[in-house]
Amino acid sequence: MKMLKKTASLMLASALMVSLAACGSDSGSSGSSGSDTFKIGGIGPTTGDNAIYGTAVENGIQLAVDEINADGGINGYQIEYQFEDDQSDSEKSVNAYNTLKDWGMQMLVGTVTSTPCTAVVEETHADNMFQLTPSATAVESIQYDNAFRMCFSDPSQGSASADYIAENGLASKIAVIYNSSDTYSSGIYQTFVTEAQAKGLEIVATEAFTADSKTDFSVQLQKAKDAGADLVFLPIYYQEASLILAQANNMDFAPAWFGCDGMDGLLALEGFDTSLAEGLMFLTPFTADAEDEATQTFVADYKENFGETPNQFAADAYDCLYSIKAAAEQADITPEMSISDISDAMKTAMTEITIDGLTGKQITWGEDGEPSKDPTVVVVEGGKYAVLQAE
Amino acid sequence: MGMLKKMSKNTRSNLITYGIVIAAFLIMQTLITTGSISSLLEGLMVPLCIYVILAVSLNLVVGILGELSLGHAGFMCVGAFTSAFFSKCMRDVITSSLLRFFLALLIGIAVAAVFGLIIGIPVLRLKGDYLAIVTLAFGEIIKNLVNVLFIGRDSNGFHFSTKDVMDLNMEPDGTVLVNGPQGITGTPKDSTFLIGVILILITLFIVTNLINSRDGRAIMAIRDNRIAAESIGINVTKYKLMAFTISAALAGAAGVLYAHNLSTLTATTNNFGYNMSITILVFVVLGGIGNIRGSIIAAVILTLLPELLRGLSDYRMLIYAIVLIIMMLFNWAPKAIEWREKYFSFGKRKKEAVK
Repeated sequence: MKMLKKTASLMLASALMVSLAACGSDSGSSGSSGSDTFKIGGIGPTTGDNAIYGTAVENGIQLAVDEINADGGINGYQIEYQFEDDQSDSEKSVNAYNTLKDWGMQMLVGTVTSTPCTAVVEETHADNMFQLTPSATAVESIQYDNAFRMCFSDPSQGSASADYIAENGLASKIAVIYNSSDTYSSGIYQTFVTEAQAKGLEIVATEAFTADSKTDFSVQLQKAKDAGADLVFLPIYYQEASLILAQANNMDFAPAWFGCDGMDGLLALEGFDTSLAEGLMFLTPFTADAEDEATQTFVADYKENFGETPNQFAADAYDCLYSIKAAAEQADITPEMSISDISDAMKTAMTEITIDGLTGKQITWGEDGEPSKDPTVVVVEGGKYAVLQAE
Repeated sequence: MGMLKKMSKNTRSNLITYGIVIAAFLIMQTLITTGSISSLLEGLMVPLCIYVILAVSLNLVVGILGELSLGHAGFMCVGAFTSAFFSKCMRDVITSSLLRFFLALLIGIAVAAVFGLIIGIPVLRLKGDYLAIVTLAFGEIIKNLVNVLFIGRDSNGFHFSTKDVMDLNMEPDGTVLVNGPQGITGTPKDSTFLIGVILILITLFIVTNLINSRDGRAIMAIRDNRIAAESIGINVTKYKLMAFTISAALAGAAGVLYAHNLSTLTATTNNFGYNMSITILVFVVLGGIGNIRGSIIAAVILTLLPELLRGLSDYRMLIYAIVLIIMMLFNWAPKAIEWREKYFSFGKRKKEAVK
């Protein structure tokens, strides 16, 4: 027995040394970055619960990189692109960031989810690396001046929803059903309630659910119904929303429904009866069936390359790359510059550019890294998204 | 060598374990200072220390006490959140990061130990599968409690709520410290590799000394035969609680290290839920139940493996699982042991040399 332990530990120890040695030699070769290409890295969950978002971002960036490279690149330099998985976990996200740094990354597009982004922004700030997140919505995710974002922040979505409901007189009694274990959902919920109170909307019921209990919503719906709510605000993702809509239908509860950008994808959900979503309104920067040419080309290309309809995450990621291109051309940066010089130049350039992207027209950025673009309110009509109002 | 021979077998084995840790630290530290190591590995140093401490501390319960605990991540969670809360409150008051970390460490360990004691009293009346399931439930309770906790601070002092931020009723100047599922953001990054290694050495010192002490022998007697141990007058409850509480306190220390390594702290299934508890258990089982040095090595390998497999992109978690199965079989399957003995004679020669 003792001998066995000795052998085992010896084997493990030698395996460890070999792996360490292998790793050491890796770093030597990848440390020097080629000076004739821009190296752009991406981080997001491509495995685990949130894999759908990470994969969409990975594909969105890939599509944009291929297009830009075919068009002659940024300032005449081609882009090299690598995407790393973080499983939506802060610790793994920092590992992914370090892996990309070893690869020679000069600019970061990521991370996809909010909490890991807040952890990674601490690292990019320390290294002064330019970071543009396509979809991390928490305020702290871009708390430093080297970080920008493409999507709306949680507070801006929450208050925009409340403003829209109040200004259009959609309802007097509002119920909210949100996911209290989710950063995105509870973030929007908090600002929605604050703004709704300021606007004089009456919130009659606030019901929470958690990631562990997201299949049966009858209790929450019953409470909303008993409170006499004529509008239910759902700052949640479409998977849960589809169940809520179906269960409300079963109990003859038919208020107006209002959601946020997480609703995008609802109609494409397999097995979902689209008539249930009739009249559902939600705020989104992007819908795959928008009529304009840019969106249609993007959707067609995306379908051809990856075999599925792109969601808002893919569109945000795609826009990120074109924003970087515009800012890089504005600042006239070259791959020979150090990471820190690129970041300094990009910081200024980002506030100077204006982008017409898939997720908004005339997008500009403030020094705080927040984009200014108009949310579009979309309503489901006849099983299709229709733009209700572009504010 | 003569001195080594005079020592007891245990002391010698312990010294070798300390030696491995210190040597690993010196090698890695030299590589980091000379810059000949990848940023990935450099960033992994603190997490490695965290997992080693967790594995060694769980081995105390699983290997030495002989009870299966599936709630280890819960104690880590308690240590992480209390210490992060303290550090966030004191960020501007105590500017010396070492002093602040030291105090946070003491608080994290103390609170985790108290939780270990509170949970241990009812739970340790059970044994076997029942104990495993109840500890699993407690781990989940801790995680879910943290997720509904809202704490804010304004000019009037602290405000608590279990509903939402608005329920805190804070003055406009208030700041939210613990924001429910969004956890704590802005914890100072005080963990370093050196602190991590010192904590490993302290953990090893506590655990190995406990094992070789009178108390440790009593604990092992309970593991081997509870009735016999009781019959010779060993206070079973006391010794069980002792091992469980010490293990919880050490997990709390690992939690403190974890919280101060990242600027965000949220309690999810992956970092403080049953996934993590099982990961730690895997370290212990792979390294050998009751084998402290094995726990260290297994924790290091299994933490490094998924990161080193990044080149395989999406297949890496699949490969990781397969490698895990192969390693388990290679280590523990009777046929594999037989095969190894046949073809790898160096183990035998080594054994003779030791004699």
